[in-house]
Amino acid sequence: MSDVILEMRNITKTFPGVKALDNVSLRVERGEIHALVGENGAGKSTLMKVLSGVYPHGSYSGEIYFEGKECSFKDITHSEEVGIVIIHQELALIPFLSIAENIFLGNERQKNGVISWFETISNTQELLKKVGLHESPNTLITNMGVGKQQLVEIAKALAKKVRLLILDEPTASLNDADSEALLKLLIQLKEQGITSILISHKLNEISKVADSITILRDGATIETLDCHKDRITEDRIIRGMVGRDLTHRFPPRESKIGEVIFEVRDWNVYHPLHENRKVSTDININVRKGEVVGIAGLMGSGRTELVMSIFGRAYGRNISGKAFKHGKEIDISSIDKAIKNGIAYATEDRKAYGLILIEDIKANITIANLEAITDGVMINRPKELTVTSDYRNKLNIKSSSVLQKTVNLSGGNQQKVVLSKWLFANPEILILDEPTRGIDVGAKYEIYTIVNQLASEGKGIILISSELPEILGVCDRIYVMSEGRIVGEMMSSEASQEKIMKYIMTQQEVVE
Amino acid sequence: MKTLSNLFKENVREYGMLIALIVIMVYFQFATDGTLMKPVNITNLVLQNSYIIIMALGMLLVIIAGWIDLSVGSVAGFIGAVAAVIMVRYHQSVGLAFVVSLLAGALVGAFQGYWVAYVKIPAFIVTLAGMLIFKGLNLAVTKGESVGPFPETFQKLSSGFIPDYFHGETLHITTLVIGVLLSILLVYLDLQARNNQRKYNFEVTPFSFFIIKSIAITAVIMGFCYLMASYKGLPNILVILFILIVFYTYVTERMVIGRRIYAMGGNEKAAKLSGVNTARLLFYSFVNMGILAGLGGLVFAARLNSATPKAGAGMELDVIAAVYIGGASASGGIGTVIGAVVGAFVIGVMNNGMSILGIGVEWQQVIKGMVLLLAVFFDIYSKNKNP
Repeated sequence: MSDVILEMRNITKTFPGVKALDNVSLRVERGEIHALVGENGAGKSTLMKVLSGVYPHGSYSGEIYFEGKECSFKDITHSEEVGIVIIHQELALIPFLSIAENIFLGNERQKNGVISWFETISNTQELLKKVGLHESPNTLITNMGVGKQQLVEIAKALAKKVRLLILDEPTASLNDADSEALLKLLIQLKEQGITSILISHKLNEISKVADSITILRDGATIETLDCHKDRITEDRIIRGMVGRDLTHRFPPRESKIGEVIFEVRDWNVYHPLHENRKVSTDININVRKGEVVGIAGLMGSGRTELVMSIFGRAYGRNISGKAFKHGKEIDISSIDKAIKNGIAYATEDRKAYGLILIEDIKANITIANLEAITDGVMINRPKELTVTSDYRNKLNIKSSSVLQKTVNLSGGNQQKVVLSKWLFANPEILILDEPTRGIDVGAKYEIYTIVNQLASEGKGIILISSELPEILGVCDRIYVMSEGRIVGEMMSSEASQEKIMKYIMTQQEVVE
Repeated sequence: MKTLSNLFKENVREYGMLIALIVIMVYFQFATDGTLMKPVNITNLVLQNSYIIIMALGMLLVIIAGWIDLSVGSVAGFIGAVAAVIMVRYHQSVGLAFVVSLLAGALVGAFQGYWVAYVKIPAFIVTLAGMLIFKGLNLAVTKGESVGPFPETFQKLSSGFIPDYFHGETLHITTLVIGVLLSILLVYLDLQARNNQRKYNFEVTPFSFFIIKSIAITAVIMGFCYLMASYKGLPNILVILFILIVFYTYVTERMVIGRRIYAMGGNEKAAKLSGVNTARLLFYSFVNMGILAGLGGLVFAARLNSATPKAGAGMELDVIAAVYIGGASASGGIGTVIGAVVGAFVIGVMNNGMSILGIGVEWQQVIKGMVLLLAVFFDIYSKNKNP
């Protein structure tokens, strides 16, 4: 009696240098809640973007059948016409418009270009009732919490006569009560005949509501589990998510670990905009000489916020806590001071925060330590060329010369420029935030080699990564972070992906 | 070895505006039956545009930093009035007036820079407010009437000429000597740069190209100095301009602070995360703009020999246009001193040439507007073609 509403067959999608989806298939039955799980980078979001037309027909290979008909979506409007609506993790509501205006944005109740407000408001009231949101249609989005905003997004989808609703991590930024309400709503919608695809990292939620689960890993479908046939445990799901071969992806390394060189104690950080929202709570971490320390955790767990707050308060407000280098307290209250104290931070978003794309390799490498190439006040250009060419050779930055603009480099080479910049600043503690994001396997290996080299020179390295194999393959010791707290610490010799995942998923502190 | 046409293609962006300037000059030279390049007119051209160039130097830094200053015309008028009142109404010395005026310019810059850099109000709004404020203060300081005339030493600022130590009969020999020395210096610096490039194994332009370039530079400098020498020699203001241009070229190309301003304009967040104190840097850019707007105001007042309540009105348009015509990017991070100077001359030559031709002020503005649009179009077009 299987009644398939959606079938995606052999979807393959490549980005320059990376195969994001490799022959992925997905079958969703009418009226079910279908969960899609996998690690960050497994291809869940890419698959959903293919489905909703963000990546238009022709930019991928494979077939999509919706309601038995083959579809070739040109864009989102096209997929919404047939009733496929996606709600992204970052909500796409306009803050200074009202609920009603947002719900019918681009889909206005109108006649000859004139909006019918009666119809808009009364339709909005019906929709709000359906999703169980008790707010006036005229309330501005900016005055509502994230949980309610999420409901508005769903109401907006309902206004478009949705038949297949896709939710990308809908509960990631919700508290428990809001999450609970949202999940209940999903079940209600199911009873009204709306099929949903739920992308989530929270396995407890998935086991609560999902009818079936498809697991993706490394851009491929691993398996689809039927929750009604067998009893699916969280361990069973995790095993499907992480099981892969780790050999030969990481260069070998012998660690020579010395004394603690950098330590942060009782570190607390508040959100820069939301007054009472804490983003880091009671953090105590340290790194030793020659050690690579990993911080594992999901996206949104507060890792970047934590290290940026440590790096000269580049993030957050009301930061409290102490920082020590070689046992002595240091002042790292501005980025300038942090750099002078030998701390460097290579950002996760190299295009937005790491590079000046319109400038050349040379100017990007020297910007954090211009003093080192000046005679008095003048920049010594021959010296600048020599030192930057040195880094270009040493880190194997593939380019015509250091005068090439960084915008034209590949992701891996851009990352090497960012690393060169920080190496030139000669830090003792190097914080690397997702250093291999979006770069190909070969370049990753080179980056790992550089990390090993730096550690063997006696630097302390803090490495943030969403890829657990990377954390396990490169680090000596691992902190696990969840919701702004350190929830676990282990030596990598005793760590496994399952163990780290368990810390994250159960979100409770387990003392080793 | 590259062909000349290839070289031309690669350098067309860098030299594009210079070529445009030459084309415009040649056109007006013919259209005005040779009046444009007459020594007296060339001298006038320099005098007329000196304050635009001075302010364009400040505007360039602000625009590279990613912002804009709409208030420079009003500030220039206001500072000119302050100097006039000190000298004419209070009978104080020229030196005191000069120092106080530049300080007042710095204060004005600091005032606007504070709102932009630390309170983070967009510069467009802050300087729009500044435009009104300083226009009003100019009226208040002058009490609505012209203040002048000035002591002779002050007038010399924009109408004086350097003395001729060789006492030439028909030609101003000191001017020619300066021209020769300058030519030698520029060719020498270029040669040194080439040697450095070769030393570090960078691709060097062919020697023939270098020779052509050197001859062209020498010819332009010597031709210009000859024209100047056959009138009254180099104007004082040109010497000041030259010093400022050299100084700001060094600031933008060779000094840490210049490099950081480019970085901030190119990607403010990345610059900040590299330890650049972007707020302070932006503040200084505005202080610098204030000082140069003040200097521009002094030069302008000295030229008219009076400070008027309406002085400076609309000047900001020419200044901003000069910087954009000179290849600076409206989104920040790109622009050169030489470009801004060339841009100012493009505007200046057009103003001058069209006036000689007797074209009405209404059409002058239309044409200038079209040229600005075309220049920026050309810039964006060439950027898209070879990124």
